[in-house]
Amino acid sequence: MGRLLEVKDLKTYFKTDDGIVKAVDGVSFYIDEQEIVGVVGESGCGKTVTQLSVMQLINRPGRIVGGEIIFEGKNLLEYEQHGPEMRSIRGGKIAMIFQEPMTSLNPVLTLNQQISESLMLHLKMSKEEARKRAIELLGLVGIPSPEERIDDYPHQFSGGMRQRVMIAMGMACNPKILIADEPTTALDVTTQAQLLELMKSMVEQFKSSLVIVTHNLGVVARYAQRIYIMYAGKVVEEGKCKDIFKNPRHPYTVGLLNSVPRLDVEGERLIPIEGLPPNLTQMPPTCAFLPRCPYATEQCRTQPMPELRPVEGEGHKIRCYVDIAEVDNVTVKK
Amino acid sequence: MSQSKNNNEYLLEVKDLKMYFPVTRGLLRRKVADVKAVDGVSFSLKKGETLGLVGESGCGKTTVGRTINRLYKPTAGEIIFQGEDIAQLPEKELKPVRREMAMIFQDPYSSLDPRQSAGNIVGEPLIVHNITKNKDDYYERVERLFQMVGLDPALMNRYPHEFSGGQRQRIGIARALACNPSLIICDEPVSALDVSIQAQIINLLMDLKSEGDKLLTYIFIAHDLSVVKHISDRVAVMYLGRVVEITTPGELYNNPLHPYTQALLSAVPVPDPEIEEKRERIILEGEVPSPLFPPSGCTFHPRCPMATPECSKTIPELRDCGNGHMVACLRV
Amino acid sequence: MPETVVNTETVAEVQPRRSEWKRFRRVFFQRKVAIFALIIICIMIFTAVFAPWLAPYDPNEQNLSNSMAPPSREHLLGTDRLGIDTFSRLIWGARTALIVGFATAFISAAIGTALGMIAGYFGGVISTVIMRFMDALMGFPMIVLALLLAGVLGSGMQNIIIALTVASVPGYVRLMYGMTLSVKENDYILAQRSIGSSSARTIWKHIFPNALQPMIVMLTSALGGIIMAESGLSFLGVGITAPDVAWGSMVADGFKYLQTYPILSFAPGVCIMLVVFSFNILGDSLRDALDPRLRGTL
Repeated sequence: MGRLLEVKDLKTYFKTDDGIVKAVDGVSFYIDEQEIVGVVGESGCGKTVTQLSVMQLINRPGRIVGGEIIFEGKNLLEYEQHGPEMRSIRGGKIAMIFQEPMTSLNPVLTLNQQISESLMLHLKMSKEEARKRAIELLGLVGIPSPEERIDDYPHQFSGGMRQRVMIAMGMACNPKILIADEPTTALDVTTQAQLLELMKSMVEQFKSSLVIVTHNLGVVARYAQRIYIMYAGKVVEEGKCKDIFKNPRHPYTVGLLNSVPRLDVEGERLIPIEGLPPNLTQMPPTCAFLPRCPYATEQCRTQPMPELRPVEGEGHKIRCYVDIAEVDNVTVKK
Repeated sequence: MSQSKNNNEYLLEVKDLKMYFPVTRGLLRRKVADVKAVDGVSFSLKKGETLGLVGESGCGKTTVGRTINRLYKPTAGEIIFQGEDIAQLPEKELKPVRREMAMIFQDPYSSLDPRQSAGNIVGEPLIVHNITKNKDDYYERVERLFQMVGLDPALMNRYPHEFSGGQRQRIGIARALACNPSLIICDEPVSALDVSIQAQIINLLMDLKSEGDKLLTYIFIAHDLSVVKHISDRVAVMYLGRVVEITTPGELYNNPLHPYTQALLSAVPVPDPEIEEKRERIILEGEVPSPLFPPSGCTFHPRCPMATPECSKTIPELRDCGNGHMVACLRV
Repeated sequence: MPETVVNTETVAEVQPRRSEWKRFRRVFFQRKVAIFALIIICIMIFTAVFAPWLAPYDPNEQNLSNSMAPPSREHLLGTDRLGIDTFSRLIWGARTALIVGFATAFISAAIGTALGMIAGYFGGVISTVIMRFMDALMGFPMIVLALLLAGVLGSGMQNIIIALTVASVPGYVRLMYGMTLSVKENDYILAQRSIGSSSARTIWKHIFPNALQPMIVMLTSALGGIIMAESGLSFLGVGITAPDVAWGSMVADGFKYLQTYPILSFAPGVCIMLVVFSFNILGDSLRDALDPRLRGTL
């Protein structure tokens, strides 16, 4: 499997009143062909901004200030944000679906108009062809009687159905990568399960790659092959899904795993991560997780932000001086 | 402080509670239909117990909580709180009840008045119920409430927008604790918070339970089954305005009887890829029907993998399947 | 009360204070024209308050031997047909304009706010009655309604204030009705009921402060409109009567000599324009500075 997308040292900053918010500060990641990648983090960790930067959907006051986004051998950042190259990639080769489907669907256009639009634009289909393909797609994502419903408006669908429509739109042009930003957060668990299964089968069928951006560790545990854990605008741990869950090495990952109540574990006391996420305008030169870290050492307090370093396990890297495997009294709930 | 007329062990008994919201049309507000948000819910709650109320959006769990808190006037049924049926009490007579029963809301942003300082928000119930003797007493109590929920009393003069989501939820909890109530209805108190903050709030709620001089009783409403399972002594699963299963969390996880509960459990992802691989998933077809036109018989039958023709005719009653494990299903 | 228990999980992190007032000031004073408007209004208020000391002459003192005098050192803006000092009349006119403006604006805002919040909070029959009545009042254009009322009540400052108040109330009722409905949707209102707070307390302490901002904006902008309406009524002769001095009637008086002696109409006209303009600008700037969509940004 070849490398599809490689992001190197991406930096996206937002200029605000209180100073510069380094929403994404030196993030590197890659996506291989036909791979499902999870990006996990809490609100404000930069996981969404990273993906929006890949799509070049960053608007003022935000700006991509550095890095490279290599897709099919070309650096996307060399293209104009609104230029023809970027437009053919957005929606054509890389598609994105968002948390709230209602805001990404145009309420005054029928589904046919919205899905056909991108088919006609990117694949140069005729109106009739596009309509036929749109009906096919709606059928694929499990909309009952798509021939009739294709002329309906978004408000005539429920939340789960709208998200299915979004998936159909995302997959319309057979993209290489589908980025799903918190695709199921606003939905119920049973609907969430339906949609995740659907997305998985869709990307398998279309031989695409899928990026799941989420705060829910459970979601990525089931579907992702590789995971990136983000904190305060940086990747703090990356590796294979199994390695990370079995052998989490960054204190933040350990903290996250310990702080969620689990269905399959009897109710012991949760171990929360103390304190609050840092203020992104006043980042310390040291590790951003330091104030909340229970394993911090003298080195952490005096040295600058650690670089990602490989640890045991294929492609497993952490941004931490401490090796948790050597620290006693670390409890990772199993 | 609790009424002595209450001799039985139950703090709260809900019997066949119904809450219908009329749908009106036209100038004369003619009633055309009812949204049966809650349709015959019964359960009881011992002192000091935590009852988890779980279900998907639109199942009526929030309405149950709000009706018990008498933010709505129920269409029918009894709410026996501390030995007194409060279901139909007029607003004026509810004041002493309100002191004994508090509520924590889901949205830490809209549940705090942006124009009031944190101290005023927390102290508001003290003023409404005229509890404090004088200014010093008031400030002392508010300060203590701040400390109880893990907030620095020095932040009393700050306004809600200056706090983070988790801190705001702590303010909401402090407000609920102000009158030293016996029952707190927690309506999705952690679902708007980040994962790492959720655990802080859950732990806080569990700690507070035994810290006061009075044993707190919770009704914990949430859609997240893992959270509910973690915090509750008993869990009630709701579907379309009815309770379909009530039991202990352990029993619910190990031996779910209702097909809806089984599907719900299997849909909750577990953060462990190895376990996830082995787990079987029951993917439900379709979506929750509208409570405006609920299906006949068992409301779950159109989506139920086990349904028989009988299920569309008879409404199943909640019945005991041993050890207080109650389930409403004809096929069990 | 439970015993004091200091929770061990005290949240140590304290965010820096964010002042809304600071942001408000910055947005507001970014606009030079807002500062200009504010200065004009301050001058007007100062003039109105200290009119007896500032005016060089009595605004009703006639001196027929010196009528229609051109501007001079004694009479800065000359005199009118009856030999009354125009400058003094302008100064006293500011007092009338601002008294009518502020009285009408505040009385109608108070009545409108109360009715609007009651209609919005209680809903049902109460809101139907109040709102339909307001709709009926709104059917008339403000100036027509005021003209009608002034005609019925007769002229004079007090009646003008009553007429203009009746005409401006519906706007406030509508605004506050809408604001109350939207503020009511917030969980903190539900929380207020949940802790057993009375309706009066909830409305006064929680709905009113949260619905206040657009009302202040509307009140400020309306001041210009009211002064305009008062001038219009006075111009038409149903407004302010002697001994009170109104810019509107001054314009009307000078109207006959517009070609030969335009300053008589122009001077009060410019005053009306400046004041109305300033209040409108002030209202606009307030709205921009208070806009919740801008909160936290810029």
